[in-house]
Amino acid sequence: MDELIIAGRSFSSRLMVGTGKFSSNEAMVASMEGSASEIVTVALRRVDVDNPQDSLLQHIDPKRYLLLPNTSGARDAEEAIRLARIARAAGCEPWIKLEVTPDPYYLLPDPIETLKAAEVLVKEGFIVLPYINADPVLAKRLQEVGTATVMPLGSPIGTNKGVRNRDNIAIIIEQATVPVVVDAGLGAPSHAAEAMEMGADAVLINTALAVARNPGAMGVAFKKGVEAGREAYLAGLGKQQDKAEASSPLTGFLHQ
Amino acid sequence: MNIIFNGKPRETQASINIQELLDQMQLDCMQVVVEHNKSIIPRQRLTETALNDGDTLEVIHFVGGG
Repeated sequence: MDELIIAGRSFSSRLMVGTGKFSSNEAMVASMEGSASEIVTVALRRVDVDNPQDSLLQHIDPKRYLLLPNTSGARDAEEAIRLARIARAAGCEPWIKLEVTPDPYYLLPDPIETLKAAEVLVKEGFIVLPYINADPVLAKRLQEVGTATVMPLGSPIGTNKGVRNRDNIAIIIEQATVPVVVDAGLGAPSHAAEAMEMGADAVLINTALAVARNPGAMGVAFKKGVEAGREAYLAGLGKQQDKAEASSPLTGFLHQ
Repeated sequence: MNIIFNGKPRETQASINIQELLDQMQLDCMQVVVEHNKSIIPRQRLTETALNDGDTLEVIHFVGGG
């Protein structure tokens, strides 16, 4: 597959994976390996001293994966900026998946706070990958302030509903000057393939892998979906039309 | 003395630095990030940063996320 380039860095995989909700660290690692992903997302939370857990990072090989911390849990720009700085202080590269989701019910991103935080973080030298609703105008505004990608949702986080906003995603892709990563809501390899066929540069999957009976095998399935979608996009898909068009010549029939 | 640790009141011994508190709580400083009164404290400064009564400490680490 052709390489994905984000902020000047090349990746041979166009599938990013999350690390949340897995039943065990072993299942998470199996899914990462199956997916052949090179970018994995993580979140930041308070240490729970009453229930000590082993470190997540000891399961993620930093030579193999770029760690992409997110700002999940942030309800406004200030909280997102704080989380981004904490991630950098943890020793991560300054890549940040910017998420500002004040509404816990649909977890839809706040466009105004996201844009505000993006401006500050870009100025501080972060490579910012903002999670957004599929709003083409917002995507342009974020590009203009210097984000490294835009990450429109296909449907709300964890819903497995797939790409429910095709037309807006298509406009974002058409106008994008940075990679478009369809994030959230993709529940099946066919959903990932659909986003890639539309010309998305990459997708991010978490829930669909974490809740699979076999997360490792599901990682492989998504890898194939992403590759099939990308290859179809590059090969050039036929246009949809309403009228049938025969595949064989309409002459030489036996009844003629 | 009393501090607020990860949002909850916690009693600690007097004249203690952050590294000592982490050690007492068996927290590996390489696996966490510490915010002291809303300022991030770089790892190399944990030993020299003393805690005072009423201070706020946040100790944060990575967890699974999408």
